[in-house]
Amino acid sequence: MSLSAGIIRAAPTEPCQPWPRHVLPGEAWRAMAASLGEAGAPTLLALWADTGRVHALLQDPDGAWLVASTTVEDGHYPALSPQRPSAAWFERMIRDLWGHDAEGGRDGRPWLEHGRWPVTAPLSTRPPTRQSPGEPAEFLPVTGEDYHQIALGPVYAGIIEPGHFRLSALGETVVRLEIRLGWLHKGTLGLMHGKSPRAAARFAARLSGDSTVAHSLAFAHAAEAATDTQVPPRAAALRAVMAELERVANHLGDCGAIADDVALSSLSARFCWHREAMLRAASVAFDHRLMMDAVVPGGIAADIAPGGAEAILRALVALGDELPELVRAGDNFSSFADRMVGTGVVTPALVCAFAAGGFVGRASGRSFDVRRTPGYAPYDRLTYEVPMLAAGDVDARVRVRLAELGESISIVRALLADLPEGSVAVPLPQVTGEGIGWSEGFRGDIWHWLRLDGGQISAVFMRDPSWLQWPLLEAAVAGNTVADFSLCNKSFNCSYSGVDL
Amino acid sequence: MVWQRLVSTLRHGPASRPAEPLDEAATRALAERLEAAAQRRLGRSLAIRQVDGGSCNGCELEIHMLNSIVYDLERFGLRFVPSPRHADVLLVTGPVTRNMHEAVLRTFDATPDPKWVVAVGDCAIDGGVFKGSYAISGAVGTVLPVDLVVRGCPPTPGQLLNGLRALLEANAG
Repeated sequence: MSLSAGIIRAAPTEPCQPWPRHVLPGEAWRAMAASLGEAGAPTLLALWADTGRVHALLQDPDGAWLVASTTVEDGHYPALSPQRPSAAWFERMIRDLWGHDAEGGRDGRPWLEHGRWPVTAPLSTRPPTRQSPGEPAEFLPVTGEDYHQIALGPVYAGIIEPGHFRLSALGETVVRLEIRLGWLHKGTLGLMHGKSPRAAARFAARLSGDSTVAHSLAFAHAAEAATDTQVPPRAAALRAVMAELERVANHLGDCGAIADDVALSSLSARFCWHREAMLRAASVAFDHRLMMDAVVPGGIAADIAPGGAEAILRALVALGDELPELVRAGDNFSSFADRMVGTGVVTPALVCAFAAGGFVGRASGRSFDVRRTPGYAPYDRLTYEVPMLAAGDVDARVRVRLAELGESISIVRALLADLPEGSVAVPLPQVTGEGIGWSEGFRGDIWHWLRLDGGQISAVFMRDPSWLQWPLLEAAVAGNTVADFSLCNKSFNCSYSGVDL
Repeated sequence: MVWQRLVSTLRHGPASRPAEPLDEAATRALAERLEAAAQRRLGRSLAIRQVDGGSCNGCELEIHMLNSIVYDLERFGLRFVPSPRHADVLLVTGPVTRNMHEAVLRTFDATPDPKWVVAVGDCAIDGGVFKGSYAISGAVGTVLPVDLVVRGCPPTPGQLLNGLRALLEANAG
């Protein structure tokens, strides 16, 4: 057990499912923050807040899960970012939404707050009316001769979400990329307050449209944990069918986009064709191409439609048959490999320091997958591999995703071959409670936390995997050519809406 | 390698789906709107710039599919362009967030006249589930003059294609 874990465990607990939440006095939190710099310290998975407290989710190297809180005093709490740089974006978000200042934080610049909302600290108990318009965004300085800056966005490139990318380049080489987000902030967390989990699920489903199933699933898991609800086995199995179908569709779309980016149109066309086949199968089986609102707290919205399983299997078999040829096609074009191999490298050390999940982590040797640990039904009764590579470049990220396609196909086939009978949903009791839920989306581990007060949400946070991946894109792009920025960005495909909340 | 692929493509025929019949009423309404606005016609080719004003990315996923071989947007004379300065049509998604408000306005101003604005998705039409949030300016129509709406959460590529083709037909007169 690490020093940090010892400090957290010594603090009194408040009920939270499945792990109790330890409430650390200010001094203990400060000591825990300082201990995060030591070797063998826990990884930080999320940092969020409510009106009076700041919360952190950590995992000890021995595998134990730790939830820690501290009370905000005079609007301040000790920052984690000096020892754990991945906390910096969270701390900026917490200040912008709740008004709690991270004392000693590495970066005090606004994040989601662009000076446009009618109030400041919109999720605080009494949000003050805005007094002055925001300042123009400040970017990190680059000093030296012959540098130039390229400012991209928020409206840039093609059909894509808005974000701002500030590239500082020396000739053709990127020296620094700085990302600024927040353009898509819709006030989603605030809209969920006071609603039942069933009503609020529509917001979880729209946090990041491409991960609608995965976010709905993590949200449902959190609500079910808070209310101590057991989901029928049939619902759990069909949820996994949807989640894997979503993973397959997204991997296909992104592999197609990457092939298109390096001008291999024939490959791109085939990937997109298969993506369309998946979306149609989803539409037949679950009445929506993206399966939005299909996963609800307590189960699923409706049972799989007659003929749905056959439609999904047809699409998956067709993909499985062609997949080896698609992988080979990529291998056979040296111009393809030339763009992919050695481009946008993220080191294993950085991936571990940021606890980056999904294919970003798995392409750099971090095999973390929440389907395995902490795990959830029905994956405990399935056999599947979690593909992993070590190179950490664009090529490795694509290869991990291609390998995951094969795994997802076999998972869905196994699930559909042996679907449990029975109901597909149970009602949630209207109780008071707190819960954490997780799911493995196509991008990686998703974490949701919520507190229910008499059956209504009084506090909630949704952590998209991109929180811990976007910062690594900044590292991956440095040293590459400006022209490869787009390729690196596509190989990460982080969510903008998911972190803009 | 390449020849194998060519042969296979020839054997299977095109993967694109035939177009569905157009909604005549919608096309007529658009044509009337065009007359009323005395807008110069742009012919049978329209350049589209997509602008995400605050969507969850669901609409973008389906708009992307229009470019796939299944829907093959370009066979209708419609194509996506990377800059608003090259566009005839702005395809705007999402409830317009307060943070994107100015960027959406500037994109509109950067698009040369004559131009069309298409609001895509339920959020773009009335704010959708995000209605009433402190962070939302409102529907696309509260920020820009909207010529056509395509409903859905998100709209399917088929619905998007029909809307855009109606625009093309009305525009070609």
